[in-house]
Amino acid sequence: MSWGFLRDLLSGVNKYSTGIGRIWGAVVFMFRLLVYVVAAENIWKYEHDEFECSIKQPGCENVCFDHFFPVSHVRLWALQLIMVSTPSLLVVFHVAYRENREKHHNQKLYRNPREIDGGLLCTYIISLVLKTGFEIVFLVLFYKLYNGFKIPHLVKCDIRPCPSTVDCYISKPTEKMIFLYFLVATSCLCIILNISELSYLIFKYSIKCYLKRYMKKQQ
Amino acid sequence: MDWGALHTILGGVNKHSTSIGKIWLTVLFIFRIMILVVAAERVWGDEQDDFVCNTLQPGCKNVCYDHFFPISHIRLWALQLIFVSTPALLVAMHVAYRRHEKKRQFRKGDKKCEYKDIEEIRSQRFHIEGSLWWTYTSSIFFRLIFEAVFMYAFYYMYDGYQMPRLMKCSAWPCPNTVDCFVSRPTEKTVFTIFMIAVSSICILLNVAELCYLLTKFFLRRSKKAGNAKQQPNHENKEETKQNEMNELISDSCQNTVIGFTS
Repeated sequence: MSWGFLRDLLSGVNKYSTGIGRIWGAVVFMFRLLVYVVAAENIWKYEHDEFECSIKQPGCENVCFDHFFPVSHVRLWALQLIMVSTPSLLVVFHVAYRENREKHHNQKLYRNPREIDGGLLCTYIISLVLKTGFEIVFLVLFYKLYNGFKIPHLVKCDIRPCPSTVDCYISKPTEKMIFLYFLVATSCLCIILNISELSYLIFKYSIKCYLKRYMKKQQ
Repeated sequence: MDWGALHTILGGVNKHSTSIGKIWLTVLFIFRIMILVVAAERVWGDEQDDFVCNTLQPGCKNVCYDHFFPISHIRLWALQLIFVSTPALLVAMHVAYRRHEKKRQFRKGDKKCEYKDIEEIRSQRFHIEGSLWWTYTSSIFFRLIFEAVFMYAFYYMYDGYQMPRLMKCSAWPCPNTVDCFVSRPTEKTVFTIFMIAVSSICILLNVAELCYLLTKFFLRRSKKAGNAKQQPNHENKEETKQNEMNELISDSCQNTVIGFTS
């Protein structure tokens, strides 16, 4: 049970997505999941061991690390990836429900159970809204927890049992910052893709509805 | 979940590539990704632990390491490989879109559609012509740009491709100019030069593929112009198809594309 599950989920969801949805899936897979697994995890691997304070007082390093990094960047990143991919499951479940219903009643209830119309359109739009919401929530969380997206070289800590204000040095701050910016950029790209897909769907189905009504009036 | 997933995706694109494209993909997987995973990651594995500075001042090592290695070689290579593989997805998406259109035509019962069933559409191999030619050529162009950008970034960040044994550091809180020693500098230099050499080979392969595609495009155009002059009303579709099939070297492996192109 590892990231392979998320990769399979993204592949499965792809079947029921629009074109923009597939681009979103590709971006999440290539630029977020893959970068996380092959690069980011390794950068933050020894963050606690390499966090060094200018003092020998036992416990001071632990307390300072805990104060400045309540939740590690890499854990937040992983949570974000999971939360952002999960709303797509709603669409998968709805399609499975439709197909089950058809099987149960043994007749064709829908023109195409996988086509995005009616109830499935609502589910799809809800999943898009949730995805965008989660992205924004996590970006705000990152910003609030770490006072922006910068990682300083040095933090000053004076929490007990540190006897005075000590200097604590963070390992690889530049590399971490580069990858953090990369995370923020890809999140923003995904938000833009989600909003475009939402607008596209709403526009397409409004036009469809309007045309239907127009044809009815004509008749 | 690792590079294997990338292999699955790119393997599907392989079916629709030219022979040079297939060689490029093989070089990418064997000489770059595999070397990165089985060798380079071990060499750079202990890079910060074994980076030693000639001082006991706490924090000096961290600051000096961060100053000399803003982004580790390994991470730069991983990013380079991801960016260089991404344009192939454009081709995969275009192929998927074409398949989707053909399936739609087939379902509508279009008489123009020459396929007998959906399975044939799914396993069909598209020739690189028309709009697919433009997508394929753009993907090669982007690959070239990404390779060149990363090679330049490497050169710029590390002042060349050699790893020095000793670095002199005077960043605060180091008390004065201290000597810092890099772990395994020779081995790292060897691998850096190897990866740069393979990148250059990939750039050459991409340039060769681009030239091949352009030559094919102009030859086809001149053939069409020649045919149009001689027999303006006669459309010999069968002959042109046969010629193109003879030109393209067919691939025997039947890699199915999972996920992004289904």
